[in-house]
Amino acid sequence: MNAVSMEAGLLLAGILFLLGMISVMIRRNIIFMLISVEIMLNAAGLAFIVAGSRWVQPDGQIMFIFILTMAAAEVSVGLALILQIYHQLKTLNSDTANFMKG
Amino acid sequence: MADLLWLIPALPFAGALLLVLFGNRISRGLVTAIGAGSVGISAAITLLLGIEYLSSQPAYYHQEVWNWFNVAGFNPSIAFHLDALSMVFIFVITFVGFLIHVYSTEYMAEDADYSRFFACMNLFVGSMLVLVMADNLLLLYLGWEGVGLCSYLLIGFWYKEPANGYAARKAFIITRVGDTAMAIGLFMLFQAFGTLHIQTISTEAVQLWDTGAQMAVIIAFLLLGGAVGKSGQLPLQTWLPDAMAGPTPVSALIHAATMVTAGVYLIARMHVIFELAPVAMMAVAAIGAVTLLIAGFAALTQYDLKRVLAYSTISQIGYMFLALGVGAWSAGVFHFMIHAFFKALLFLCAGAIILALHHEQDMRKMGGLRTSMPVVFWTFLIGAASLAAFPLVSAGFYSKDQILWLQLAGENGSVWLYAAGLLGAFVTSIYTFRMVFITFYGKAKTHVGHQPTMAIKVPLIILAVLSLVGGFIELPHNFGHVVLFSDFLSPILPTISVVPGFDQYEWMLQLLAAVVSLSGIYIAYLFYISKPELLASIHRSSTAMAVHRFWHSGWGFDKLYDILLVRPYVFLANVNKRDVIDGFYTGLARVTEGFHMMLSETQSGVLRNYVAGVVVGAIMILTISIFL
Repeated sequence: MNAVSMEAGLLLAGILFLLGMISVMIRRNIIFMLISVEIMLNAAGLAFIVAGSRWVQPDGQIMFIFILTMAAAEVSVGLALILQIYHQLKTLNSDTANFMKG
Repeated sequence: MADLLWLIPALPFAGALLLVLFGNRISRGLVTAIGAGSVGISAAITLLLGIEYLSSQPAYYHQEVWNWFNVAGFNPSIAFHLDALSMVFIFVITFVGFLIHVYSTEYMAEDADYSRFFACMNLFVGSMLVLVMADNLLLLYLGWEGVGLCSYLLIGFWYKEPANGYAARKAFIITRVGDTAMAIGLFMLFQAFGTLHIQTISTEAVQLWDTGAQMAVIIAFLLLGGAVGKSGQLPLQTWLPDAMAGPTPVSALIHAATMVTAGVYLIARMHVIFELAPVAMMAVAAIGAVTLLIAGFAALTQYDLKRVLAYSTISQIGYMFLALGVGAWSAGVFHFMIHAFFKALLFLCAGAIILALHHEQDMRKMGGLRTSMPVVFWTFLIGAASLAAFPLVSAGFYSKDQILWLQLAGENGSVWLYAAGLLGAFVTSIYTFRMVFITFYGKAKTHVGHQPTMAIKVPLIILAVLSLVGGFIELPHNFGHVVLFSDFLSPILPTISVVPGFDQYEWMLQLLAAVVSLSGIYIAYLFYISKPELLASIHRSSTAMAVHRFWHSGWGFDKLYDILLVRPYVFLANVNKRDVIDGFYTGLARVTEGFHMMLSETQSGVLRNYVAGVVVGAIMILTISIFL
């Protein structure tokens, strides 16, 4: 079952994390930002699983389940906020929601 | 009876408190009853107490009401001490005060702030009574500042006129100069004796210091500073003429009869200290002599009826200082009492005239009031006669003659002081009768509106009677020889020792004083009634008019102080408008604010920037934790 090496797995996790991080920073649409955050979370989860299989321990998968749970909670709150923002501003552009500057 | 001592000041205070709390909600009748009634009951208690005092002749009454505070051995109490000296003062304060309160009920009847007026007046009477009855100097100082406050409140009573507010502030600030000196004097007394109890200081001072001891001289001068400020003597006299901005009953009560004589009381009360400092005594006499002349000449040129009286008050207090300065203690206090009668009378008459002429104070617009206001004319004439020391019949003659006589006959007297006093008496009778002739004779120039009724007439008549007969309780040696007043004061104030063998000349000096007074009246008559062309010729001379202007401005003291003190102060204040020392702290605040503004720029509200910030921060922390 050691078809995938640890280095390749961690590299994939790192690339995914970076991609997610960059798209959080450059996207304006809040829904895309939320999705990018999900990608980052999953990248972290992937890293846990890779580490768990490297050490032949179940902890990595347990951590992934935690991350999954947390991500579900985060998405529900995040979507509720996005709905509110859309109601208020009639747009999903995060740059227009800058009332709290200064 | 002595248990009622505390009631004398407490009643006016209670009246003031009631009027402050409920004055706006109760009827005018009730305000009158509380305002005048409280002082009236005080006067009645004073009378009963006075009768008991005279019949039983104790050294003094003493009543301790409560212990004020006790800090590190300094333990002043709210305690009242009534001896002959205080007796004279509380008699004048409550009786003349009561008459003036009665008078005010008519004078202020039309005023919207009727209850505020009586609240302030009651507060004043209470504070003044505390001042003269205090058994320690701290309580005396409380009363001293209390009367200063009331003086401020009442000068600025008609506060809607900015000039009145200015006059009130001027009076307050100038007297504060003297009060500061006095406070320092009290500190030094406390340092020397460990107490401010007046009796203790009086007995211990003689043991502690020799005559002329440096400490005694310094303290005497500091106390003199306080007295000079309060009593409007040189060089702090400039506030008193402006204080006439207040209602006329205020001028009568505060700025003629009582408060301005607080300085006389202080010096008489602390006479032990002053006797230990002959230099200070000399200064008291010299200040009195110079002040009485300066103020007398200034009074000669005033046109405002109340300003004439104000300068005359300064001048008459100068006489009291002259008497105190040569050690003629009881003569000074005697002149205080007589002066309180006739000057209150003159002010109240002036008030009746001002009221009748629709608040006109300029004498040039008066005239012919002799026939239209007969009661005021006769009472004013009696007051004027007393002020001008009209021989034999007026009280002022006896009190002033005693002072003049003791200038020569007293051991510390001198010819110069006597000459100043005599010249002052001459000027006094000129300006007094100038005032009478301009105001009451000649053609009527303004229509008489309000004729005085009983509330004004009765106090005038009572004070007029006192101004006539008041002098008969103290007659000279060669003429009746009544010494009721000086005997009354002799347990408290030492009697002056007269140069032996001088008595035989007394009648000559009395004759001289009488001639001086009468010739002053004659000159006024000459200038203002029989030969007005003489006056016109003076008005044509430019030198005379320059002198006239100089005297009219009160010898230019206001201008002098303006140049010496006010302008440099305003200049410095302007220079330092931005507050140099505060600049450092302002700078500190500015720099902090700058950084704050820089950081607050990052609060753009754009979510992506925040994310970028978090990422950069995370990278930095990671870098640090990996490489370090």
